[in-house]
Formats: sequence, structure tokens, C-alpha cells
Amino acid sequence: AMEADTRPGLRICEGDCAVLKRDDVFKAVPVLRRRKIIFEKQWFYLDNAIGHIYGTTFEVTSGGNLQPKQEMEEAATETKEAGTDNRNIVDDGKSQKLTHDDIKALKDKGIKGQEIVQQLIENSTTFRDKTEFAQDKYIKKKKKKYEAVITILRPSTRILSTMYYAREPGKINHLRYDTLAQMLTLGNIHAGNKMIVMETCAGLVLGAVMERMGGYGSIIQMYPGGGPVRAATSCFGFPKPFFNNLHEFPLSKVDSLLSGTFSTESLPSEPEDNALVEEESNGSIDDKQASLQETEEESTTETAMESNQTEEQETMDINAEDTGFKENQEKENKENVREKQRKQQERRKKLIETAALLREKNADGLIVASKFHPTPLLLSLLEFVAPSRPFVVYCQYKEPLLECYTKLRERGGVINLKLSETWLRSYQVLPDRSHPKLTMSGGGGYLLSGITVVLDKSKSDSSSLEALTMDEPSSKKRKVQDLHC
Amino acid sequence: MSFVEYGDTIKDGDTAIVFLGHESMFPVKVQHGTVTQTKYGVIRHSTDLIGKKYGSKVTCSKGGWVFILHPTPELWTMNLPHRTQILYSTDISIITMMLELKPGSIVCESGTGSGSLSHALIRTVAPTGHLYTVEFHQQRAEKAREEFREHGVEHLVTVTNQDVCKNGFGVSNVADAVFLDIPSPWEAIGHAKSALKAEGGRICSFSPCIEQVQRTCLAMEEHGFTEINTLEILLRVYNVRTISLQIPDLGKASEDNSSIGFDSSNPSDEGSPCTNLQQGTVQFKSGVPLREMVGHTGYLTFATKSLF
Repeated sequence: AMEADTRPGLRICEGDCAVLKRDDVFKAVPVLRRRKIIFEKQWFYLDNAIGHIYGTTFEVTSGGNLQPKQEMEEAATETKEAGTDNRNIVDDGKSQKLTHDDIKALKDKGIKGQEIVQQLIENSTTFRDKTEFAQDKYIKKKKKKYEAVITILRPSTRILSTMYYAREPGKINHLRYDTLAQMLTLGNIHAGNKMIVMETCAGLVLGAVMERMGGYGSIIQMYPGGGPVRAATSCFGFPKPFFNNLHEFPLSKVDSLLSGTFSTESLPSEPEDNALVEEESNGSIDDKQASLQETEEESTTETAMESNQTEEQETMDINAEDTGFKENQEKENKENVREKQRKQQERRKKLIETAALLREKNADGLIVASKFHPTPLLLSLLEFVAPSRPFVVYCQYKEPLLECYTKLRERGGVINLKLSETWLRSYQVLPDRSHPKLTMSGGGGYLLSGITVVLDKSKSDSSSLEALTMDEPSSKKRKVQDLHC
Repeated sequence: MSFVEYGDTIKDGDTAIVFLGHESMFPVKVQHGTVTQTKYGVIRHSTDLIGKKYGSKVTCSKGGWVFILHPTPELWTMNLPHRTQILYSTDISIITMMLELKPGSIVCESGTGSGSLSHALIRTVAPTGHLYTVEFHQQRAEKAREEFREHGVEHLVTVTNQDVCKNGFGVSNVADAVFLDIPSPWEAIGHAKSALKAEGGRICSFSPCIEQVQRTCLAMEEHGFTEINTLEILLRVYNVRTISLQIPDLGKASEDNSSIGFDSSNPSDEGSPCTNLQQGTVQFKSGVPLREMVGHTGYLTFATKSLF
């Protein structure tokens, strides 16, 4: 029955966007034949994975081939022998009888990781004296090192937001995945919405919103500079129709649109056709553009990014070879000029359409997650949102949101303002060994959320209503202050 | 209006939220000829509500006024009649993302409880997905059905009145995700597995106690679930306040005050800390944590049904 199952998205197909997973590490890659992938110090080809169901776990065999992993036949550790404590275990550095060279030789022979682990156990003089828990821990550690298993997953907001936060937090303004989850819920993102999204998170927030809308409704992405960055969006592998109702509008035109002087005559300089290319090549994952921008804009070097630099480099090079672009370039130049004109024309038409959508001022919500100061963005973009709709602003720092809160109160037209943050704690759960994990994330950013209401043009007394009920009595207020002084 | 589709104007039969102020609101069923009492006076549905825009300010009989809001699952969660302890939006948001829910997803849930999570799930999987929710308490199941009807989402949900630990979810091999909020989730893991699609899916179990989590994790492992991960999410809310701190008098002559390093030249700049040396205070904006916050709701254990 499984063989006949051809539901879309069920099986790994050539050209798909997939996510590789090893333990807790993720990496998004395009599925292409004869393309070398380097992941967690291992290289392999995805060719053999094509046709398998998403979620399949593979073993890397010699020659970089992937082989579906069979259900583990637990190497039934013979009669379990274990110590009760470590009073007699001495760290003399000689407990492992296998040398580095021995282990390397085993690996070179192509011996399975599982067997190497078994040999390590047999050649450890202290293994039998370790407690059962310590033995467990030892095996787990060795398995992690020698058993190269990779699971291939279908991309999702869960996976991509976890991946970005771990690998490239700088590209997404340190927006932690649980904070993103809050945004989607607080913003009541669902099918049929007309959403305004302003983000500089590599397109991750946009992708998350698109996933939740499932191709129903419309999204207007406001972008700074020459065009929207959608490197992360392309990792989702959305079907083409999802892009039919995705619009974009330059931030630099917002003021003129609000004041009624908007025209397409003074278009912002043509984007280095990155945005459009990105959109068209939806399906191929290419962090190239985003990482280039990143290095241009900021010199902050993310450790996660650095450690992956070589990998990214490799991916880029191979990609260039694949397309064999250079040779045909001259011939294409003429066509390119005509193509560019056509594209500009199309872009202008789209811009006029998007401006019209915004002018209706009836958007169902506003999501902001950018590196810019949130206040001016909110004060302008809220104009496009209908009354009784939620809005959510993310900021890596709390202070700008304090100001934004105050300015929104002055403006009026918003209620239920809430400044919040979430903490995320992970647990190790094992029989008799359950406890919170040693480390947790120190910062995942802050959110300011609220609901729009009909703006009273005469006076912004909407704020006074809330201020009245919200402010605690002064005696209570005093206590709070005292506590925190 | 419905909980899965925005409408512009208030109509007869709608469920609307009357907003009186921060954390002070309640739901109202809009009906011709009906009146609702608030502390600001009476709201007459026929004249004050029906035909008005959502988000409008409505003046009550005593001259006070309120805002009328379009319902959302989040507002409903804050205002619904409790029949049980409920899940709040902070937990709901991480559940929704970690279960990878989106339009078209098929979800199984138990118990239905007060329907707080149910409304959020339905909102996310609409218009093509479906929620199968199981509640062993007959009255609660009936009440949930009634609410779903009133909220215009009954076509997206099936409520079954049975014991999920004994009888399962009433469906097999259809779900993309399963959510459990019951006292003994480990007894339902097998049923959850068979409710999920053959090619796999996601599961989440919510439990307040760590002992429950341990048994659940063991059961998940025994049933071959992978990526088992337990976490806890805490919401911190901040009040935005302007704080003044007094500058201590260290006995310096008043003319020396200008040399202590505070910038008093720009007192009109609200954004930055500002000093008023005459009164000897420094003012600044702060996000002050609430004096008391929710410290624990429950542990959330997620896992994946893999192919094996």
C-alpha cells in the first residue's frame, strides 16, 4: 500500500527542499542528484534518499551513500554487569585499550558505527565498574560520535525556526522559536486573512505566516531597501500558488501612500533583482544572498555562522557549476535587457495593485519583526489595519518597546496593549534522572501586542479609558517600585 | 462573524467581546431586543450593536462607553465559561507550532474540557482541516458541541463522548497530530499512535506533574515514538511605568550638582532618562515585572511518530 501512495509531499522528490537532522542539529538543503552535501563533518549524496518517505532515517555508508536504517536490533548487552558507585574508578587515561590509530583503522575498513561502539565497550576496562546510568551515558556518547545516522524531514516552521535560532540567530534578530509561536497566535494568523508583514528575519517570519495561512488570503510584505529578503522563506518549499497572493511594498513609499502623493513614477531603484529571482527559484535553497547582505551590513560574526562558512561555500560553488551560467552569459545579455524592461513593467503594475490593497485600510493584522526601531513602523503601518484586529511587534530589546507602548497610547486607536516575553525551559526526562536541562536560552526577544479599535479623531480618549483601569492604585505602585529599587 | 473568518459589522447571532478595560471584558451573544448590563450602564443590542463596526466605541446608558471586539480564539480563552481548568494562549501557541498545525491538518484532542485549545486548533486547521475531540464527561461534551455551533465552526469539529484511554479517538490512520490533556496520558499513547497517519505525525501531552511526564515518556518510547522532548514555557508580562529615583544627598554644595554626570539639559526628551535636580530625582521608563506571575502550568512533552 505504501508503494502506491503518491500524495504530494509524502515522498522525498528531486528539487524538494528538505531538512537534514542529526541529533538536535538541522540543516536545510535542496534535494539534487550528484550533489555533495557536508553536514556535521560528514559528506554524502542525497541520490538514494529520493523516493523514500519523509521522516526516514538513513545511515551514511562508504562512498557517501545513504542507506535506510533498519530498526535497531539492540545489541543485547549480555548479562548486565554494573557497579554501584565510582569510589574505585581512577582516571589514569588508560581505561580504553584501543588506540586512536586502532579506531581510525576500524573506520577506514568501513566497519559500521554500531560495531565500533561495541568494540569500544569491550575494550574499556572500567565499563563494567561504571553504574548502570554511567554505562548508558557512555554508550549514548559513543553512539553520537560513531553512528552516523541522518533523518530527512519535510521543512516546517517548527524545524526551520529551531534551525535558524541555533545556527544563525543574528539573521533573525535572535527571535527564538517560542517567541515566533507567540506572534502567530497573538496575531490570530489563519487562512483567509489579509496580513501586513514587516520583517528583516531572512523571510522566516513571512514563511511562518504563509504556512499558517495555507495559501488562503493575502499577505503584503513591507520591505526596506531594494527588495524583500526571502532566503528562509524559500526553505519552506511552498507550492507555487502560495505566491499568487503574496505582495510586496517598499517601506520608503509608505509616507507618500499615506499622504496621498504616492506615484510609481519615482520607483525605488530596481532591486538587484534578488527578490524576484528568489521568488521564482522558490524551491531551491540559497542562503547566498542573505549571508552576503549580512556580512555587508554587520560585521558581527556569529559563531554558528562561522563554523558553517565552509559548508555554505561548498554549496554555493557547486551550485554555480550546476547551472553553467558563465558560458551563455554574453548571448543572453540582449535578451536580458528586454527581460529587465518587461520585469520592471510588471513590477510597476504589481506595485500599483499592492498600493490599492493597502489603501483599503482593512488589513486583518500587522506583524513586525525587524532590526529597525519599532515605533515609526507601528505608527505608520497601523493606519492600514482595520479596527478590532490584532497586531504584534517583536524587538530583540525591551527599551524600544517601552517607547513604542507610550507612543501608541498617545496616538490612541489601540487597546489591550501588552508587553511580554517568554522563557523556555527544556527537561531531561529519564527514570530517576529527571531534571531541567543545564542550560536555557537567555534571550529570545520581547513582544508588544494589542488590538486596534476605531480611532476617535477628536481625542485619543481610548487610552484614558485603559489608563484609568489599568494603572494600579498608587499605594500598590509604590510597593512595586520599592521592591525593585 | 465566525471564529475562523473576520467580519466587519456586528450581526444578530454573533458572539462579540465587550471590552471595558484591561483584563476586564466578557463575551455577549448578540440578539435583537436583548439588553446587556455593564458597570457603565445598559447596552441595547438592536440599536447599540447590530450593524455597527467591530472595534467601535459604544456609549452605554450611563454615558460610559465600551469597545465591541470581534471574537478570536485568544479573546475567547480569556473570557470563556470555565467547566475545567483550561490551557492559555502561551502554551497553546507552542503546542500549535510544535505539532506543525496549519490549514488542512487533521488533529485529535482529548479531553475537550472547556474548549479553550479546541477553538485555537479549529482556527488554525480551517478551512480544510478537522478536529476530532474526545471528552468523557457527557455534559461537557454536549456544551462544547453547542458552543461550536454558536461560533460557526461545527463543520470543522467532531465531538465524541467516550473514554479516550479505553476507546481511543474513534478514528485511525488519519491524524497529523494528537494532543492529550488528561490525568493518565500514558494510557492513551497506544490509541494516539493508531489515530496518527501510517507515515507518521506529531504528538503532545500536557501534564502538571513530573511523575505523569515520566510515565508518558516511557510509554512513548515503548510505542516507538522518537524525538521525545519535554519543555515548559513561561510568560512574563511587564507593566510599562515611569519610575523616579531620588538622588541621594551626599552633602555636596548645590552648585557642584552639575558635575555629577547627569544630563539635565534635555528634560523634554521622553525616551531617555531625565533628571530633575531641583527635586533631586531621576526619571526613566521601565518594564516592571508583575508582582506575581504564573510559575507553572504544565510540562509539554512532544514526540514524533516515525516510520518504524
